[in-house]
Amino acid sequence: MTPGDYDFLRKLLKERSGLVLNGDKQYLIESRLLPVSRRAGVAGLDGLIGKIRQPGNEQLVVEVVEAMATNESLFFRDKIPFEHFRETILPALLASRANQRRIRIWCAAASTGQEPYSLAMALKEMGPALAGWRIDILATDFSLGVLEKARAGIYSQFEVQRGLPIQMLVKYFTQVGDMWQVAPEIRAMVQFRPFNLLNDCAALGHFDVVFCRNVLIYFDAPTKTEVLNRIAKVVASDGYLVLGAAETVIGLTDSFRPIPDKRALYGPAPAKPLAVSNFSRPVAAAR
Amino acid sequence: MKTCLVVDDSSVIRKVARRILEGLDFQIIEAEDGEKALRVCQLRLPEAVLLDWNMPNMDGYEFLRQLRRMPGGDRPRVVFCTTENDVAHIARALHAGANEYIMKPFDKEIVEAKFQEVGLI
Repeated sequence: MTPGDYDFLRKLLKERSGLVLNGDKQYLIESRLLPVSRRAGVAGLDGLIGKIRQPGNEQLVVEVVEAMATNESLFFRDKIPFEHFRETILPALLASRANQRRIRIWCAAASTGQEPYSLAMALKEMGPALAGWRIDILATDFSLGVLEKARAGIYSQFEVQRGLPIQMLVKYFTQVGDMWQVAPEIRAMVQFRPFNLLNDCAALGHFDVVFCRNVLIYFDAPTKTEVLNRIAKVVASDGYLVLGAAETVIGLTDSFRPIPDKRALYGPAPAKPLAVSNFSRPVAAAR
Repeated sequence: MKTCLVVDDSSVIRKVARRILEGLDFQIIEAEDGEKALRVCQLRLPEAVLLDWNMPNMDGYEFLRQLRRMPGGDRPRVVFCTTENDVAHIARALHAGANEYIMKPFDKEIVEAKFQEVGLI
């Protein structure tokens, strides 16, 4: 690949998905894009980049951007966020939302669906405690291909064995040949929708919990800050943000504060008080 | 160091399991069928058992039933590891007292995840 083509690809990925190509990613590019070039019937990476540089090849551009995304996901990945969900987030929300009896959850980088389905199963396991509650799980990803797989909810034997307790497999999946499909009652709890985190998320509504795990690591610092600040605008003031184990808000934004002793769990920062000198006087002086 | 009893009539599977589990800091004892595995357990109960289903002399299901009736036999964490991959077999294994279930073929990641799931790692 020529330096010019590499630069074109780097800018395209940054613009479309936020993905930052650091250092020498030639191997990654070849392994992800050579299958795309073969499907498109063009000669190698040079042919592929040449084609997407020409106008009128939007579908191929989308395929290239989606192919470069990392879509690794596991059921109950990293465990700890799901412990936070069960032991910290849900008890607090069940208490504070007792009147509305409604909770909205957003999985912002849902990939092939394991995370939202894990949350749905965790909720189902709570049984009667959630009777009468409406809990919405919105699962978004920018890749239409992974959303299609997520909606189908069909996983290989290898995929269901990493992180999913066997009791849950038996309880919430149906065997379909060599594959396993998430039960309709769990699939019905999750709404999948395409959404690019680089866009304004206001139209998605407000949320009590946002899971945005293992996606910021692919962005540069300014993009991370922009994404976090946009998320902050749609999270309830007493809501939660869950990041990946290797991710943080520290040094990126003041919109969230870490929740003590809860790794990768954040709450919106309290609104800053108005400056005393401009807007108020001491009470005694005001009398 | 925790001990894991690997019960499988295939020497290849036992070898692969040994390599994976030694990498996870387990001391390994091997048995090629349920009868031999029970004799091992009568001498000393392991912390973990990785258990095949179909074996000569005594199958994994019968071994597990007898293990769970032994004094202290409720303590070992038992992970089935078998080609019997249908829901009926899984449900039967859980009913007999299995803690987890690995469907063959497996890899290191799956073994590690399942052993973590039952608190062995």
